[in-house]
Amino acid sequence: MTLARKLWIGMGALIVLSPLGLILPEQFKSGKAWGEWGLDEIQKMTGYVPQGFQRLSGLWKAPLHDYAFQGWEGKGLVHLSFAYIISAFVGIAIITGVAFIIGKVLVKEHD
Amino acid sequence: MHIPDGYLSPATCGVFGAVMIPIWATASKAVQKTLSVRQVPYLAIGAAFSFVIMMFNVPIPGGSSGHAVGGVLVAILLGPWAACIAITVALVIQALLFGDGGITAIGANCFNMAFVLPFVGYYVYKLISSGSPSGSSRRVIAAGAGAYFGICAAALCAGIEFGIQPLLYHTANGQALYSPYGLKVAIPAMVAVHLLVFGWVEVIVTALVVKYLQKQNSVFFEGGRS
Repeated sequence: MTLARKLWIGMGALIVLSPLGLILPEQFKSGKAWGEWGLDEIQKMTGYVPQGFQRLSGLWKAPLHDYAFQGWEGKGLVHLSFAYIISAFVGIAIITGVAFIIGKVLVKEHD
Repeated sequence: MHIPDGYLSPATCGVFGAVMIPIWATASKAVQKTLSVRQVPYLAIGAAFSFVIMMFNVPIPGGSSGHAVGGVLVAILLGPWAACIAITVALVIQALLFGDGGITAIGANCFNMAFVLPFVGYYVYKLISSGSPSGSSRRVIAAGAGAYFGICAAALCAGIEFGIQPLLYHTANGQALYSPYGLKVAIPAMVAVHLLVFGWVEVIVTALVVKYLQKQNSVFFEGGRS
């Protein structure tokens, strides 16, 4: 088996295990990463909403925001884990494709 | 470490975007020169690996959560410029598709995680591993040390970027316009969690994969093409 194939099998395992990155923080009651809070959380912590923050924070609506499906916010961990796995798969597929194309474009002149 | 939209002023975002343009241009040229056609699939695997490893949020019980980046690993295997490209692809897709990291902060996030992280990590690795045999455990230790310093340096940069905001941008009555936390709060907060927890996650991920690849194919560690 080629090394690349072995690494892809490892990547498949990481996709399947990825919900750990969702479930463990939930289990240990840990919050978001430092500095990645939303508007409400900022307001709770500081007592106000920074004006510029308010203007910019809603700038972009990502289609799979927070690695979840829109409208699934209230669903349980099983649903969210499923969405997380799909997000991992979709993300890997797109990123692999984009990085491969960039690599091919850059590295075609020699060899 | 993915700075969202709203924490950095448009000017700060513009500066980091402008700083990244020549870095990306240089990275493209360097990759063109140093990467072989055979390595292109590994560039793609490296980008995908960095993306998926960032999904593994590690909790600090009752505190915040964070993750490894996997970028030092890519830098060790393919060189820091290739790592810069691979991590940039991961960060841009994270921002656009998943809202992880702001679109206005893409320049700053790429500066921290796709430039500072792989370069600091790579040179620490080089410094410690130089002259050691490709299968040696000194390489594994060097990779771990590179991972640790790389991610902590990136966290320090993010802390500084957060921290300068309230100094530069506030209303007349002292309310921050963007990130409300100054240098004295942001730097310790960002750096401490990486020194104590997430840095070690990066160490473990990097060292394990380097150890595995040493057994599989030591070609990766023979200096490669340069």
